[in-house]
Amino acid sequence: MNKTIITVVGKDTVGIIAKVCTYLAESKINILDISQTIVSGYFNMMMIVDMSGTDKQFNTVADDLESLGQGIGVVIKCQREEIFDSMHRV
Amino acid sequence: MINIHEVVETNEMIEKENLDVRTITLGISLLDCIDSDLDKLCDNIYNKIYDTAKDLVKTGDQIAREFGIPIVNKRISVTPISLIGGAACKSPEDFAKIAKTLDKVARAVGVNFIGGYSALVSKGMTESDKMLIESIPMALSTTEVVCSSINVGSTKTGINMDAVRLMGTIVKKTAEATKEKDSLGCAKLVIFCNAPDDNPFMAGAFHGVTEADKIINVGVSGPGVVKTALEKVRGENFEVLCETIKKTAFKVTRVGQLVAQEASKRLGVPFGIIDLSLAPTPAIGDSVADILHEIGVEHAGAPGTTAALALLNDQVKKGGVMASSYVGGLSGAFIPVSEDQGMIDAVEAGALTLEKLEAMTCVCSVGLDMIAIPGDTKDTTIAGIIADEMAIGMINQKTTAVRLIPVIGKGVGETVEFGGLLGYAPIMPVNKFSCDEFVNRGGRIPAPVHSFKN
Repeated sequence: MNKTIITVVGKDTVGIIAKVCTYLAESKINILDISQTIVSGYFNMMMIVDMSGTDKQFNTVADDLESLGQGIGVVIKCQREEIFDSMHRV
Repeated sequence: MINIHEVVETNEMIEKENLDVRTITLGISLLDCIDSDLDKLCDNIYNKIYDTAKDLVKTGDQIAREFGIPIVNKRISVTPISLIGGAACKSPEDFAKIAKTLDKVARAVGVNFIGGYSALVSKGMTESDKMLIESIPMALSTTEVVCSSINVGSTKTGINMDAVRLMGTIVKKTAEATKEKDSLGCAKLVIFCNAPDDNPFMAGAFHGVTEADKIINVGVSGPGVVKTALEKVRGENFEVLCETIKKTAFKVTRVGQLVAQEASKRLGVPFGIIDLSLAPTPAIGDSVADILHEIGVEHAGAPGTTAALALLNDQVKKGGVMASSYVGGLSGAFIPVSEDQGMIDAVEAGALTLEKLEAMTCVCSVGLDMIAIPGDTKDTTIAGIIADEMAIGMINQKTTAVRLIPVIGKGVGETVEFGGLLGYAPIMPVNKFSCDEFVNRGGRIPAPVHSFKN
């Protein structure tokens, strides 16, 4: 398992999840969990994905999602799960 | 599994509160480069550093990308050059040639700074130590990224006052040699008492002789994160305050630990230590002084500041020690003036003086740091300030340091701009009374008694 956290932050519009999921499906990246919330008026979505099935490099996926986000006016970030684990789990 | 609130919290720390890993510092031993031929020595140094560090910047950037955490600096520290150059160098000019080699290789591998143009003279100076010290003004004025540090005292040996006196003069000469750049050379020169062998922070980093061939040390940061956490507990008692700092320090340090382990794994270099220091930058919201303000003093320097700083420093350590398997380096709150907007404001408001800063250094690392003083300050006065700070370190069994910048051609009321992480500083007044006779006595101050503590 090679877990990555994808976060999407921005104004809510139609089709954000669809676009991200389409890209992930095409890249053979499996979604393990999705959750969303509104923080200070902004749409926040978090996905936990497993990157072990994809042939794409981490940087490629991160770049692709970033530009996909720019296209729909949201900020999409990819980060490896360990940073959150190490910060929030003893 | 990680939940969305934890993810949002981490990302807010990074995006809004300036959480970053301040530095990955690769320590490299140069002991196996020693040669009696200077050119051969310089070649050996260049090759060893280049081979060891060529992937450092790339690896650091990749880790930053994958975890989404900025890694601000990638640096190198090397074995004190006075030990390495002793056999080959016959003059200060020879030592300066090694400094140029360090500068060249540091730029070739793309690091921000290289530290270790150093001598450890806490008890006495060898001829090569002396030559290295004398070469400092030349070395720092003809290089860009080389940093120098001199350890002039320790709890075990006392203070080498001959070295202190010499350093008073050298600081001044370095200021003169770099006066076109507002005496910037002095920002790269630190005088230590009890210098640690594994400090990743500049300008004082060097790779001690007790260290392995190469090692990764990481310095974390995050004053902004601590400040934001404290905003939520305004008016609460000290117990709540301390718990909050501790928990925040834990989180910040865990990120450093993760980055250190990744860097160690990818570079194939053992992990040394995490330095648990709160290191400010001139960026708004990245200030230790602002934390002190949040704790409850109007400006850094107001009565209560030393106590506030003491508790802050201690809680950071308590939280950080559990978060990392190895802690070392300086590990304390840094209180540089020019690199901290809150400190600058405190000086400009008249709240913070050199004397109060000295008191503050009794309870935190690292010392009188990045303080601009008038360019006409006497050599002996600078030596006297150094001696005072060294005495605090010696007696309290802690690291203290002095990084003063006598800005040639400028006086109290003017400001000096260093740029980048070094920031800008108002020039602070220095006590006008003389210590000539004290400094000129020569010799050393004996090691203190280690019992009867009071």
